Amino acid sequence: MRSILPILTVLLAIVGIWYLAAIWMNATWVRDQAARDGREVAFSELVVETLGQERPVLPAPHQVAKGLYDGLFGQKVTSKRSLVYHAWVTLSATLLGFAFGSAAGILLAVGIVYNRAMDLSVMPWAIASQTIPILAIAPMIIVVLNSLGVTGIVPKAIISAYLSFFPVVVGMVKGLRSPDAMQLDLLRTWNASDVQSFAKLRLPASMPYLFASLKVGVAASLVGTIVGELPTGAVAGLGSRLLSGSYYGQTVQIWAALFAAAILAASLVALIGWAERLTLKRMGLAR
Amino acid sequence: MAVLTGAGFAVDVRLGLMAMVWFGFWLINAGLSESRSPWARRIVPLIFGVTLLLLWEMAARLFGISRVILPAPSDIWAQIGQSLPILWADFLQTFIKGALSGYLIGCGAAVAVAVLIDRSPFLQRGLLPVGNFVAALPIVGIAPIMVMWFGFDWHSKAAVVVIMVFFPVLVNMVAGLKATDAMQRDLMATYSASYWQSLFKLRLPAAMPFLFNGLKIATTLALIGAIVAEFFGSPIVGMGFRITAEIGRLGLPMIWAEIAVAALAGSAFYGAVALIEKRVTFWHPSQRH
Repeated sequence: MRSILPILTVLLAIVGIWYLAAIWMNATWVRDQAARDGREVAFSELVVETLGQERPVLPAPHQVAKGLYDGLFGQKVTSKRSLVYHAWVTLSATLLGFAFGSAAGILLAVGIVYNRAMDLSVMPWAIASQTIPILAIAPMIIVVLNSLGVTGIVPKAIISAYLSFFPVVVGMVKGLRSPDAMQLDLLRTWNASDVQSFAKLRLPASMPYLFASLKVGVAASLVGTIVGELPTGAVAGLGSRLLSGSYYGQTVQIWAALFAAAILAASLVALIGWAERLTLKRMGLAR
Repeated sequence: MAVLTGAGFAVDVRLGLMAMVWFGFWLINAGLSESRSPWARRIVPLIFGVTLLLLWEMAARLFGISRVILPAPSDIWAQIGQSLPILWADFLQTFIKGALSGYLIGCGAAVAVAVLIDRSPFLQRGLLPVGNFVAALPIVGIAPIMVMWFGFDWHSKAAVVVIMVFFPVLVNMVAGLKATDAMQRDLMATYSASYWQSLFKLRLPAAMPFLFNGLKIATTLALIGAIVAEFFGSPIVGMGFRITAEIGRLGLPMIWAEIAVAALAGSAFYGAVALIEKRVTFWHPSQRH
């Protein structure tokens, strides 16, 4: 609670710097226009004109807020101009991919923990894959699947599944291995079977690790989906809003789409954080 | 297992062959991983990788998959051999000019800001939640804006990379500067060390494990940022440009070649940072095996 004031201060400072930057970056255009019309601009006029341009170099915060508001509430949600529509297109692919990616990741992690051959074969590659810019293959997957006749939500979901897969594998393996030898020995003295020690010790112990990697995974999923929307030629989704905005110089549209994506990412991470708190509380692990 | 291979043969001889290769290599790996010798640890993942490549090659050849959909590894290798100059130019443009310069600027700025705000608990309490929040956002989305501001050349890519790497490094560095305990700081105080002395002799070294954590995360982000930013516009050179251009011509082997280079560059970059970490933080428990 006591960090509310500092956070607000920082946010206010950011908005202030943003306004100053908007005036400074948009001023050139205003001066050029004025010179063309042969008129002088006083400083107060300059400020007003820089903050109300149609296609500014840097839109002022209130312009972005208006663009965002118009996009979210200004029209019917089925309209192609509605950000709700585009956000839903992106969100559905993200969620589908994330569900499959993290489920597959958890299964593979269980396999890795219980099978030594799998551990030695797969784990180094799973770790190495984190250092590779996997996102670069996103356009290729989209185009290849398109040429095979697979379009729509599935190619994007595959990319987002792929991106959430590896963080979940690595985190879950760490989590399933987190019980120490003493705890495992205790279960052995109770003659617990492998299934029992999995359900009663390893799985509960892995939960904090799982949720941490789910948060990373869902953010990666969203980025993957957005990038996956780029090569299809700006049809639908937040990524296509970014691309069409950059084609036509609609800076307000880019910023609004960017903030919509940020809100989406933040709510997804917050949702997982909420599930995490709830789960850990029920399990008595909450701190 | 024999049943599965048999079933594969019953459906298709080619499928059976692939099943045989898979299970054969898996048996070797399963056998090797039983042994406790240290070289099994190294050779098992290698065998697994080779198996996957072999299966890929077999699938592409035996089933006659078109090069437009999935080129065989040998095709990709041939493509790499043919177009080394192009790949090298793309590597220079995207990695050295775009990613590496952005990485250095972004990480440098993050460390400097972390040291600055470390003196003010008020700023820390304000900036850290904001930084943590921003680190989880899809920052690659600012790529079109940066391309608009800084033009098509590598400057805009470096700008995207700067913003992408800044927050993870900042958050880690601030945590690192807090990593000294009261006893150590008291010791510095009894030596009557000045702020700068205790910063350079105690707190910066103590922050290094945290800093390198952030730096390692940032290596991957830098390469991703540089490549994705090129999807929004670039000169006619660069890895991201080559990928988008070859997609239009359905030149899949070239795309795979670029991806292979990107993977190699990403791992090498990470490895280099990890190596520096090993030299710098040799004293840390996680480095003593």
